[in-house]
Amino acid sequence: MIWNRKHLLDIQSLSAEEICTVLDTARAFKAVGERVIKKVPALRGKTVINLFIEPSTRTRISFELAAQRLSADVINFTAEASSLKKGETLKDTARNLEALNADIIIIRHSATGAPHFLSRFLNASVVNAGDGAHEHPTQALLDLFTIREKKGAIAGLNVTILGDILYSRVARSNIWALLKLDAKVTLCGPATLVPREFEQMGCRITHDVIEAIRHADIINLLRIQHERQRKTMFPSIGEYASLFGLNQARLASTRPDVVIMHPGPINRGVEIDSDVADGERSVILEQVTNGLAVRMAVLFLINGGKGPQEISG
Amino acid sequence: MPESKVLLDAAAVQRVLARMAHEIAERNDNSSQVVLVGIQRGGIYLAQRLADLLQGVWGHPVPVGHIDVCMHRDDLDQHLAPQVHPTAIPCDVTSKTVVLVDDVLFRGRTTRAALDALNDLGRPRAVQLAVLIDRGHRELPIKADFVGRNVPTSLKERINVQLQEEGGADGVFLEHL
Repeated sequence: MIWNRKHLLDIQSLSAEEICTVLDTARAFKAVGERVIKKVPALRGKTVINLFIEPSTRTRISFELAAQRLSADVINFTAEASSLKKGETLKDTARNLEALNADIIIIRHSATGAPHFLSRFLNASVVNAGDGAHEHPTQALLDLFTIREKKGAIAGLNVTILGDILYSRVARSNIWALLKLDAKVTLCGPATLVPREFEQMGCRITHDVIEAIRHADIINLLRIQHERQRKTMFPSIGEYASLFGLNQARLASTRPDVVIMHPGPINRGVEIDSDVADGERSVILEQVTNGLAVRMAVLFLINGGKGPQEISG
Repeated sequence: MPESKVLLDAAAVQRVLARMAHEIAERNDNSSQVVLVGIQRGGIYLAQRLADLLQGVWGHPVPVGHIDVCMHRDDLDQHLAPQVHPTAIPCDVTSKTVVLVDDVLFRGRTTRAALDALNDLGRPRAVQLAVLIDRGHRELPIKADFVGRNVPTSLKERINVQLQEEGGADGVFLEHL
């Protein structure tokens, strides 16, 4: 059990032991969500602010519910209804929120490094809920939690990440986390969306979808991010679906115990067919449930004080 | 190495637990309603042992679970986040008699947290507390129903409970820090 961090900014700087600490802690919080009373007093009296400068529904709701189940007070702050529209800087916005005695600020921002920037001058803890195309650490942690729950261990597994890698912070965080825990990572997608640079991290790259999924224990599908693409990276959605979409025919070439994951929101008929998304190998909705437990664990861990870890009496 | 004195050796731990099991049986006529709940971590093994001993007395298995109190502690701000384990109790505690089991009763704060944690799981008919060692220094109005051994201690001392489930032999030691 190792954890003495005040912030969760990225996966890249975490050790394998720290990742496992979050996953172990999340097991206990998952059980809380299965009870009649789904709430514990661990963050009683704390104020958590969801500072979402970029639109998000599922991640914001997941963090909001996680904070509420830990008995914290939560405020949601969205860019559309804020002074950022009036020209206030991110730094001033964050300082104002801290002046309200916020204890934890959860930030989603379109700029890489925005959470790191805040953490340098805020006294509050900062959690990265997605910064540009850089990282989305809690998504990777919930994906690993789900993989570990389904497969028992992570080391040695063949994990294929299929789709838009270039623009995906989920892919980056997942790659860091999986490699730290000794999984074998294969990336697949159109050549324009799967940069060769990832080979230097230790990933295998292929553009042949059957070859990518044939030996996979896990297939993690990524959404095509229309909103981040400034120019068209592939000819058409239809062509993407026919070349890389996961359908029943392609599924027939995989291992019978393969697990299909997707961080959502899914584009049915594009990266995944409906009958695969709703099929028995899909754990897409379990990922949502696990995301809540993982975010409770993260908030619980970063809220810790400064004294010794062992407590008695 | 801290100076160490043996309070209970392996045979004494066995004798003390056997007596505690009989005291629990004596206090609770309605044996079918009793659930033993060990408090992480030392209490888990002791709860299982008491459940086995009670099965010998009552002639039927006794449900045994464990509870983690970390999420209900009052000192989370003063420490790094503690290690949290899942709570698992095999039946609904509502209208049962729950016997909380811990290894050492000290300031009473763990027991307080356990009572709160238990409250989130249901409404027991009664809650009783069984501890192997009561070392004094309570900071809350909490008292054990079943005590293995009362040991007056100073705050400079530590009680070290070793159980065979963790490897090695049973034994309780008083260590001077």
